[in-house]
Amino acid sequence: MKCDRCNKPAVVHEVTVKDGVKTEMHLCEEHASAKGIALPDETPINQLLTQFVICKENRPARSRRIRCQTCGTAFASFRRSGLLGCSDCYGAFEEHLGPMIERAQNGGTSHAGKCPRRGGATIDQQLHIQRLFKELEDAVASEEYEKAAQLRDRLRDLNPDPTESAPPPAAG
Amino acid sequence: MEGHFNEPWLDASAPHGEVVLSCRARLARNIAGFPFVNHATAAQRKELLRVARQVLLGGGLSSGMIWVDLGRATEHDRRLLVERHLISKNLADSDIDRAVAISGDESLSVMVNEEDHLRIQILAAGLQLESIHERLNEIDDHVEGKVDYAFSRRWGYLTACPTNVGTGIRFSVMMHLPALKITNEIDRVRRAAKDLHLAVRGYYGEGSESAGDFYQISNQVTLGRSEEELLGELKDKILPRIIEYEQQARRVLVERNETLLDDRTQRALGILRSARLLGAEEAMKLLSRVRLAIALGRLPEIDPRVVNQLFLQVQPAHLQFQAERPLSAEQLRVTRATIVRKAFA
Repeated sequence: MKCDRCNKPAVVHEVTVKDGVKTEMHLCEEHASAKGIALPDETPINQLLTQFVICKENRPARSRRIRCQTCGTAFASFRRSGLLGCSDCYGAFEEHLGPMIERAQNGGTSHAGKCPRRGGATIDQQLHIQRLFKELEDAVASEEYEKAAQLRDRLRDLNPDPTESAPPPAAG
Repeated sequence: MEGHFNEPWLDASAPHGEVVLSCRARLARNIAGFPFVNHATAAQRKELLRVARQVLLGGGLSSGMIWVDLGRATEHDRRLLVERHLISKNLADSDIDRAVAISGDESLSVMVNEEDHLRIQILAAGLQLESIHERLNEIDDHVEGKVDYAFSRRWGYLTACPTNVGTGIRFSVMMHLPALKITNEIDRVRRAAKDLHLAVRGYYGEGSESAGDFYQISNQVTLGRSEEELLGELKDKILPRIIEYEQQARRVLVERNETLLDDRTQRALGILRSARLLGAEEAMKLLSRVRLAIALGRLPEIDPRVVNQLFLQVQPAHLQFQAERPLSAEQLRVTRATIVRKAFA
């Protein structure tokens, strides 16, 4: 595709949707930089993210009104700056933020890494227990009963309450 | 600023040092109960500085930790820290209360009141992602023992910009890829990196040109995968391929264009040894040629560490530090040429 202003190949393609009307712009490196547009490789990710939101936003009236009750940050302000105001903004804007984060994070929708020990100790333990349960199910499914018994014992150690202990592996 | 520098991260004998200059891992962390920096009041930001200082300088973190109050530091000192990759340009240019804690060997730095309350970074020479991740993790545990982090079970560590949410971790590797540049194959690396959701930046991060043929490659995804998975992907799948690609391009250069290669090297050395005025960009370009020749064993008399250090020493704030006075643009070029001439004398 050629640049809108000259015959050189276009390297920047901008699609803007405003009031339901789509406009396209294609520019070569020279004209893009003359217009103050950074080339794709140099565009900071949060700017890309914000641009993406602007393009995707087709319910402006509704989302613009949303505010975080804790810090007062408006969703519209996040759209401009790419920055949230406080931890609670994640919950306040979840409906709009969720799909954006998923896109920006290449499909990542929830945390799969380290968890804090302090304050988050219970969370860490819950995740650990979940993993052990999963391993236990797999062990039973593949008839590795010795391993299953070991996992059951580990789960019992982690959860001393007998009413909530891991179910014993299926008989076999 | 201190009177001398410590640069273990410029050690040329580090793993894969011929292609990888340095590697870095950083964590974005926020302290629970405070708004993010952009929304905090001046009093809250001051309180964040106080808490951070107490935690970071309270011992048990690293030896010889120093605290630099960037609001009080001179413009020159802030530039120097940016050039040494110890603070971001954003932090240097910001006008709010902010600081950085730096370990004696400069391998650890913690920016306070950048985009997030804390940006903890470990820097090392060559490709040592596993060991720097291990150390970063220990430091994170230490800090977490003293303060509560903003964390949610669904989103993980909460950050001001959602592009960092989850692990909050960014691994980046500074690669020297002159042969891929010469053979015009660097764009293929850029495209492949983009497809793999990696960012490719220059020597001085976002927006900086690929000065000296350095390319900083880092993960963009921080959510949905564990730290180990992100690390493993880079370390085992992506970086070995780029390193091999560069090495292959270097072998091809020697096999097919040996004379041309030596000519470029010697011309570069000729200018570096005799120029009286030297611009930063030109110096970086010529040093890159010398670094390539050293890696190919074609300049055994030159110490690669000297060249690694020169990339830093030719930067403006470093030149002024050396001269112990502010320098005009012309004086910078004169001083740069003098330093380089001495280094290669």
